[in-house]
Amino acid sequence: MAKTIKIRAKNRGGITTVKSLISHPMETGFRKNKKTGETIPAHFIQEVVCKHNGKVVLNCEWGASISKNPYLAFKFKGGKKGDSIELSWKDNKGESDSIVTKIR
Amino acid sequence: MKHDQKRRVFLKGSVAASTVGLAVGAGLLTPGVVLAAWNKNAFQAKAIDKAIAAAAGNPTTTPSEKITIKAPDIAENGAVVPVSIKADMDGVDTIALLVEKNANPLSAIFHLPKGTLPDVSTRVKMGKTGDVIAVVKAGGKLYSARKGVKVTIGGCGG
Repeated sequence: MAKTIKIRAKNRGGITTVKSLISHPMETGFRKNKKTGETIPAHFIQEVVCKHNGKVVLNCEWGASISKNPYLAFKFKGGKKGDSIELSWKDNKGESDSIVTKIR
Repeated sequence: MKHDQKRRVFLKGSVAASTVGLAVGAGLLTPGVVLAAWNKNAFQAKAIDKAIAAAAGNPTTTPSEKITIKAPDIAENGAVVPVSIKADMDGVDTIALLVEKNANPLSAIFHLPKGTLPDVSTRVKMGKTGDVIAVVKAGGKLYSARKGVKVTIGGCGG
């Protein structure tokens, strides 16, 4: 699959910067459908894990108040060109996705 | 006399119950450190201190100037407010991001293993004007910082 995640990892001066965009509705569960008045059920990412060569470098727990189509950026020490970076997410409905890329 | 005794028993009971409640809140019974489980208590907490307690194990934090929150002073669209948190300290384990005025203040908890820099960015929804709060856990201690963001169009509901 891996169509929901865009990711870029770059190493400069021994520090790898990972930037990523995930397309996801991030529905809070508080919103209402204006026409029908029905509450739109919550649907949001709860967990994001990023691994560098199989080792976890970031583990996030997210709530529904993260914006729609979430953006995430972070840095870690180490990593070199060609190393693998894997990012995966899981939402409250059990849906998930992951992507593997290489550090540039 | 009898009435009094009953009252005493009742009081005792309620004290015991609240101690359990506190223990849960302080993360003693629900290990918030276990990564596999999403911290439901923390994310569904409606009050700031409860959310912090559930997320970090303790509601008391020390304000620190070493934490920098980068967020706009005025957010035109509350649905997308870019926030960056940077902590200029060693041994940061977790960074929690909270939005003061949201129905559920806790937005995110970032767990940083060794080697990952305390420098994360994301975007949050803000219901109305208020503070963005960062709680950083470093060396077993909690530090916090806040930054006010003025929201002209709310991002929750509507």
